[in-house]
Amino acid sequence: MSDQSAQAEIVRNSLKRRYRKERRFRLYGILAIFIALASLFILFADIIGKGHTGFVKTTITLEVVLDSELMYLDDPTDADQRSMADFSAPIIAALQEHFPEADSAGEKRELGRLIGTYAASEIRDLLIAKPDLLNSTQSIEFPAHDRVSVYVKHPDNSQYSIKLSEQQQRWVDELLEKGVIDTSFNDVLFSRGDSREPANAGVLGAIVGSLLTMLVTLAIAFPVGVAAAVYLEEFAPQNKITDFIEVNINNLAAVPSIIFGLLGLAVFIGLFGMPRSVPVLGGMVLALMTLPTIIISSRAAIKSVPPSIREAAEGIGASKMQVVLHHVVPLAMPGMLTGSIIGMAQALGETAPLLLIGMVAFIVDVPGGFLDSATVLPVQIYLWASSSEQGFVELASAAIMVLLTFMIIMNALAIWLRKRLERRW
Amino acid sequence: MIKLKTALTTLALAGSIAAVSSPAMARDTINIVGSSTVYPFATVVAERFGRNTDFPTPKLESTGSGGGLQLFCQGVGTQHPDITNASRRMKKSEFDMCQKNGVKEITEVRIGADGIVIARSNKADKLDLSLEQVFLALAKEVPDPDGGDKLVANPYNNWSEIDSSLPDLEISVMGPPPTSGTRDAFVELAMEGGCKKFDMIAQMEDENENKFKSVCHSMREDGPFIEAGENDNLIVQRLAQDADTLGVFGYSFLMENTGQIQAVTVDAVEPTPENISSDKYPIARSLWFYVKKAHVGVVPGIEQYVAEFTKESTWGDNGYLIDVGLIPAPRNERMKIAKNVKELNSMTGNEL
Repeated sequence: MSDQSAQAEIVRNSLKRRYRKERRFRLYGILAIFIALASLFILFADIIGKGHTGFVKTTITLEVVLDSELMYLDDPTDADQRSMADFSAPIIAALQEHFPEADSAGEKRELGRLIGTYAASEIRDLLIAKPDLLNSTQSIEFPAHDRVSVYVKHPDNSQYSIKLSEQQQRWVDELLEKGVIDTSFNDVLFSRGDSREPANAGVLGAIVGSLLTMLVTLAIAFPVGVAAAVYLEEFAPQNKITDFIEVNINNLAAVPSIIFGLLGLAVFIGLFGMPRSVPVLGGMVLALMTLPTIIISSRAAIKSVPPSIREAAEGIGASKMQVVLHHVVPLAMPGMLTGSIIGMAQALGETAPLLLIGMVAFIVDVPGGFLDSATVLPVQIYLWASSSEQGFVELASAAIMVLLTFMIIMNALAIWLRKRLERRW
Repeated sequence: MIKLKTALTTLALAGSIAAVSSPAMARDTINIVGSSTVYPFATVVAERFGRNTDFPTPKLESTGSGGGLQLFCQGVGTQHPDITNASRRMKKSEFDMCQKNGVKEITEVRIGADGIVIARSNKADKLDLSLEQVFLALAKEVPDPDGGDKLVANPYNNWSEIDSSLPDLEISVMGPPPTSGTRDAFVELAMEGGCKKFDMIAQMEDENENKFKSVCHSMREDGPFIEAGENDNLIVQRLAQDADTLGVFGYSFLMENTGQIQAVTVDAVEPTPENISSDKYPIARSLWFYVKKAHVGVVPGIEQYVAEFTKESTWGDNGYLIDVGLIPAPRNERMKIAKNVKELNSMTGNEL
């Protein structure tokens, strides 16, 4: 009796300490979650804070007289004449309408620098498409120069510096008042490829490039990965060789991605002579990188199919092949798909292996096929983040938001598929 | 599901076989590789070329000068690049490699130079600095002034401590932040140039290149070197107000602000366009690109791209590359190069 009460005494005495310990332990957990959430929040706040202005563009709308004498152009369909024509003259003339006092050559040049660099090319493109517009007056919306855009969008932001001259600032203020300079949703971002001028730069080229690359990756990695998993799980004999293969697959999943880029460079480009920078090549390299992830998750999915189902199928006389293809694989499919989508999401965010096979490049034209030069979204972000023009700061963050959106969609799809197709036994 | 899978597998196999079996595919986009210093100029030209002609926009990869020449000299055929950019001249060994791999005819184009000036207010006295002095004033670690082959944290706070011939003036230099290309070039040309003149550090280059780089490329962080923002205009304004401060920026800003600031001569050479483009001025480098003649006519648009690059309105004294920071070559030299390029004259190898 006294022995028991002594024990109870010990327990009672230590009880407080044990509760404290537990509370502390819980607190550590909460703290860890708080740190994780806080860093995520800071990251998002920073990206969104910097990037939301990337979705806004600054435009200058002008009544342009497409005067043939001003442009030295009689026939817009004639390539020789086009190469000698001055397509910027009507734009400067239209700006001068607003500021008749700016008449010297220097002032005209200053005026011309309010407009984006490729405004003249837009007039050229317009006249090639519709030659009969020559000598007519058109209201055209031009992208404003990067410096104007910074001045309009970030007047009091110390992270941006205003590089307009005082006279240009006065002009811009006046045009803003008149409504000639305006801001609107940046559709250019989603309708163009890369550019050295922020006002003309878009992520469409990179999105299409990413899509083409991912299609190739999926087309290679998914069937190969599933086939490998099915064979290893269902047919392969259990011996040293399969053990060796298994160890290697697990190792491959942990290999840094740049190694796969080196492999692509040496084998696909060096040995097979494939062209650089194309989505087929990028897709093949990323497929190699994704394969281990898909094989491992597919094997896990196959393993989780209960043996009773195999036995039942065999019991009613199904062949091994029928068991696998009619029962095991369909039941394991949700797990395989989830693994594949997560592997693909990883591949979507990858830049390192692409660096070596030439997909980190300045590519303006939107790729039209698997064999056109292309770049991908994370590469585009990297290129913009390292550009010196101020406008690219916000564009890089905006592109990050686009990439994150794709990631969220893919991961949501994985969760949805799992919820929808998963069966419980 | 199975049918779909078979179809996908076949598709994938067919795709890879198609890609593998035709290595020398016809290509209609010009491929350009090479120096990251030339990249900002070349991308601007490429984009203009793409927008204003009917040719597709050339593809540009920034691989570094050496990496670019390595790719360029691999051989003739559309899987190899057509043009490579370089922030130095091709080496004899690289020319030989090109020759060995069948890249016989190469046209060399010098597009101009990239120069950095150290400047101060017009109101201050003229100043001349050697590269060693620049290094001693701005490096994080310098050779021990008391002798011995130790490196010590930079002890100099006054120009006259470095050399008695220099004025008795506190060291105060404003320069670009590490994100800037100007900073990269300044560090590579001025700091490394000065740093190499010390035997003990020069030895390090062969023995331990990483250490060498970290010694030569680290700017001091204890005050005398002030990182100004990317806005070079601000540096110019500060210099105009404070005659005791020096500033580091791209040559074009000196040109635009000669009313307020003057250049410090480096190794007694004044940074003039002539001295910069003739390589006399030490903190400058020539920029080049090389064209593979065998690809002209095979890949459409190479001639026209080169013509766009060598137009006066591109690389001339009022050309659009000035805005990006190029220092044009002297006019008579430009004319000679442009003519040479138009005829696509090949290098002989003797000029290197």
